[in-house]
Amino acid sequence: MDIEYLIIFLPLLGSIISGLLGKYIGSRNSEIITSLFVSISAILSFIIFYKVLNQDYTNNLNIFTWINSGTLNVSWSIDIDALSSVMLVVVTLVSSLVHIYSIGYMSDDPHKQRFMSYLSLFTFSMLMLVTSDNFLQLFFGWEGVGLCSYFLIGFWFRKESANAAAIKAFVVNRVGDFGFALGIFLIFYLFGTVNYDEVFELVPSILNNDLSFLGINVNAINLICVLLFIGAMGKSAQIFLHTWLPDAMEGPTPVSALIHAATMVTAGVFLVVRCSPIFEYSPLALNLVTIIGMSTAFFAATIALVQDDIKKIIAYSTCSQLGYMFFAAGVGAYNVAMFHLFTHAFFKALLFLGSGSVIHSFKNEQNINVMGGVWKKLPYTWALMVIGTLALTGFPFFSGFYSKDAIIEFAYLSGSATGYFAAGIGIFTAFLTSIYSWRLMFKTFHGNYNNKNIDSSSMHESPLIMIIPLIILAIGAIFSGFLFKDLFIGVESSENFWKDSIFFLEPLSSDHPPLWFIVFTPILVILSIPTAYYFFIINKKFTNEIVKGNLPLYNFLKNKWYFDEIYEYLFVKPSKKIGLYFWKKIDLRFIDRFGPDGISSLIKIISSIAVKFQNGFIYHYAFVMLLGFSALLTFLILK
Amino acid sequence: MDFPILSSLILLPILGAIFIFFSKSNNNLTIKYLALFVSFANFILSLYLWYLFDTTTSEFQFLEERSWIKGFINYKVGVDGISILFIILTTFITPLCVVSVNDTIKNRLKDFLVAILIMESLMIGVFCSLDLVVFYLFFEGGLIPMFLIIGIWGGEKRVYSAFKFFLYTLLGSVLMLVAIISIYWMTGTTDVTYLYNIGIDAKYQNLLWLAFFSSFAVKTPMWPVHTWLPDAHVEAPTAGSVLLAAILLKMAGYGFIRFSIGLFPIASEYFVPLVYFLSLVAIIYTSLVALMQEDMKKLIAYSSVAHMGFVTLGIFTITQQGLEGSIYQMISHGLVSAALFLSVGVLYERIHTRLINNYGGLVSIMPKYAIIFMIFTLGAVGLPGTSGFVGEFLILMGAFKKSFLVATIASLGVILAAAYMLWLYKRIIFGIVINEKLNKLKDLSKTELFILSSLAFPIIFFGFYPEPILNTTEVSIKYLIEMYNNNINLNLIENK
Repeated sequence: MDIEYLIIFLPLLGSIISGLLGKYIGSRNSEIITSLFVSISAILSFIIFYKVLNQDYTNNLNIFTWINSGTLNVSWSIDIDALSSVMLVVVTLVSSLVHIYSIGYMSDDPHKQRFMSYLSLFTFSMLMLVTSDNFLQLFFGWEGVGLCSYFLIGFWFRKESANAAAIKAFVVNRVGDFGFALGIFLIFYLFGTVNYDEVFELVPSILNNDLSFLGINVNAINLICVLLFIGAMGKSAQIFLHTWLPDAMEGPTPVSALIHAATMVTAGVFLVVRCSPIFEYSPLALNLVTIIGMSTAFFAATIALVQDDIKKIIAYSTCSQLGYMFFAAGVGAYNVAMFHLFTHAFFKALLFLGSGSVIHSFKNEQNINVMGGVWKKLPYTWALMVIGTLALTGFPFFSGFYSKDAIIEFAYLSGSATGYFAAGIGIFTAFLTSIYSWRLMFKTFHGNYNNKNIDSSSMHESPLIMIIPLIILAIGAIFSGFLFKDLFIGVESSENFWKDSIFFLEPLSSDHPPLWFIVFTPILVILSIPTAYYFFIINKKFTNEIVKGNLPLYNFLKNKWYFDEIYEYLFVKPSKKIGLYFWKKIDLRFIDRFGPDGISSLIKIISSIAVKFQNGFIYHYAFVMLLGFSALLTFLILK
Repeated sequence: MDFPILSSLILLPILGAIFIFFSKSNNNLTIKYLALFVSFANFILSLYLWYLFDTTTSEFQFLEERSWIKGFINYKVGVDGISILFIILTTFITPLCVVSVNDTIKNRLKDFLVAILIMESLMIGVFCSLDLVVFYLFFEGGLIPMFLIIGIWGGEKRVYSAFKFFLYTLLGSVLMLVAIISIYWMTGTTDVTYLYNIGIDAKYQNLLWLAFFSSFAVKTPMWPVHTWLPDAHVEAPTAGSVLLAAILLKMAGYGFIRFSIGLFPIASEYFVPLVYFLSLVAIIYTSLVALMQEDMKKLIAYSSVAHMGFVTLGIFTITQQGLEGSIYQMISHGLVSAALFLSVGVLYERIHTRLINNYGGLVSIMPKYAIIFMIFTLGAVGLPGTSGFVGEFLILMGAFKKSFLVATIASLGVILAAAYMLWLYKRIIFGIVINEKLNKLKDLSKTELFILSSLAFPIIFFGFYPEPILNTTEVSIKYLIEMYNNNINLNLIENK
């Protein structure tokens, strides 16, 4: 038996055991079983990754037929190539660490079994997503992870805000899925198949196909890419479809680390990279990807600057970093996008779990204004989060340095106007990133202790079971960039590692940008640390004055560019109003009034009969009729 | 002649019903076991039918023919890949209905079970009759037990609802009867297979199509003749709602495939835009209406209209995916809507209210219920991995082939479905317990758990492995589409 089966189905098995039998085997056993299964899955994933790396291993397993209708023929499958092996490692590694961390983090929760079951189910769905060999199974995984995200955001079901956030996440994602599904329909319409290999092979043959979509003549390839990208925007929380991600922070923190930072939200990036054989033929879509990516990177960073909720800051940061990945993909540097996805998984999961440790210590307080000065009380958490922050901001020789700077460099090298612009925005956003990250760190750990509810002497470090996963992630956050840089984005990486899994129409530029350009970003990043220290620790008054002087801008950022309000006004309220109007006015006032009620009011005129209806006589007649009818039928058939 | 398996399927419940009706026993339990035995035996028999069924041919199988009125009407029954699954759905749902009947039916339990069993017979008759007159009798006969179930055992406004139901459906059917009679005058036969072969004159097809359509549209129900359904559901007892949603509505969808498309291909082609339009309105309009409902049963009833909108859309794409998807969607909706109505029934029996506002926070009081209700909610949302997904997705794929615009608008319904179902679920299951009475609720009993899991299992199973269903329908639908296209092409040549 191939070990791929174990990788994929162990988490599912763990989920079923913990979910259905959890009550009988107890919470501790559930935790052990799920964590163990996912950890085995992670170890096996490393074996696969190793084989792909050194032995050119690929595999395509057909489990069994799923849908077979006419020319549509889709199977459940496990497909291993370089791209999916990288995702396997990321997903199972972060997932197993989050499983273990959760044992500590959720120790006071009465529903541990349910929580572990959801986490494992999520892992299974995510693995189905990344190992699919066709668009339909991808969609299955896509919706599956969305569902688990829904469950986990709303995990604390007594909180009204958590429930609202869960539904919002699901429905906003469905808007993206709407585009994604149309993209799949279009692929099936044009190619008669939804299997990657067959589709990708046929793409060059329809480059010049135009079709009329909603009255507009468009190129078929462009349309496919744009529709698929809408799906990617929903899942990866890109601007316009991002509103669910900050709200999703209502879920327990381990969930934010696993789903809303390291894995699920990167599925959109994965989709674009997986579809590189289509996107490469659509300059229009690639430009769109770049523009959306860089807009998201920028706008999310501006919002993160002024938020006070520790998790929301990191959530906007995730949004922003996903934007970076997209604009890497948009300029054709898919491998660089994957590289940033890879390193980001480590440092962002680290930051989230670290913030979870802080929240844990502050007894579920998330506002950074009422923290501060605890770095000596929480030394491990502090040190680990410093590592995460250094990696995120791209401090030299930490992992983010290699991946983020590569993105900016490739944008610059792409030579197009969009590319230059994106590079410029990328540098500025890197600076913003650094400012808001250090703001978070300083306000949380340094300065004065600001919490009146909790005595500072009762502060204590989180248990070891929560710290160890953080240490492993920190190792990744420090070294993953340096160690894997050549493999992922080296000059030969396309031939040596990615091979057929990523398609480059033209080989990526192997030039280097000028030296001043290369050192510019790191210098900004380094300088931003004292800058942030000055603004948020030394001279807070000055900062407050700046805020007062620019109150409209501050409010604009504080209120997240008013996206939620606009959507509420444009979509949510009108839908409800229209629904109510259709029901009360059209259904009841119009159709019923002139239809059946009109006729029956005629009948009611003969009201003396109507009285008898209620006596049940009419039912006797009807009953006799029915029996007679049946008897007749019986007679006829038996005759 | 072989063992007349189809007639046995039709007769067995009737004989059971007659036996129960004349039995002297007044012990409710005995009667219930008797009805259960009969309906379950019928289910086993139908599975045997499926086992014997040959999926490689589009011919009608298990044909039986007896002359009824000499030279005029023949009792003719048979099944193909299109109809057989509906028979199995019927025989599967009925025993579950019987099991679900409990103390809430206080008076005349005996009559209630008789009505359910006769209803089963009539429904099976609808799906296997191959003569228009016989079909009509079964089709309209099905009205009577439903009328009784709502009218006698319904809620407060049962009389209004029962008559609304009766009026709507009867008015539509009268036109169909006229059409059947005219077909007889034109061709001298009402034998469906024979009519398939000789075809119906193109110039009469439009009128005949409209006559059939008026009947099927009401029963589907399509917008704007859907308003009887929410009322009927709200007033009907649980078992009645289940039969209505799971099986009765499917008669119309089946009728569209067998008769509208089969007998009047040229008219069908002509009216495709009309059907698309009404289907899209049904999907979007009723989804929005569903969003605003305060009564659980009404919400599910409106969602049924939206789901059936997908079915009519899929049927008239006349593509392999669209038609297979429609049948799939009907089977799936049969399971999911039955499950949803049973779930609502579970709550209603406990505290006698269907208003969503009266609930909240059930997850901590009824955890088993919360899990299983989630499965059904997801089935209704059409999440991949549930049977709801396969049907909807295939329909949309088929629709996309015919018109981007139609498929795009229909896909919007998928977003709305998520919104209204999850919101419903949230309001009932999550949140804090605001209603004191809820704290005393008991979780699912063993019987309830059994019924609901028997529905949950196929919903998930067919989500992952739809082959048994798709395989059964494939050849018959392929043949139907071929026949349809031949007719259209012939007509085009003639017109030139």
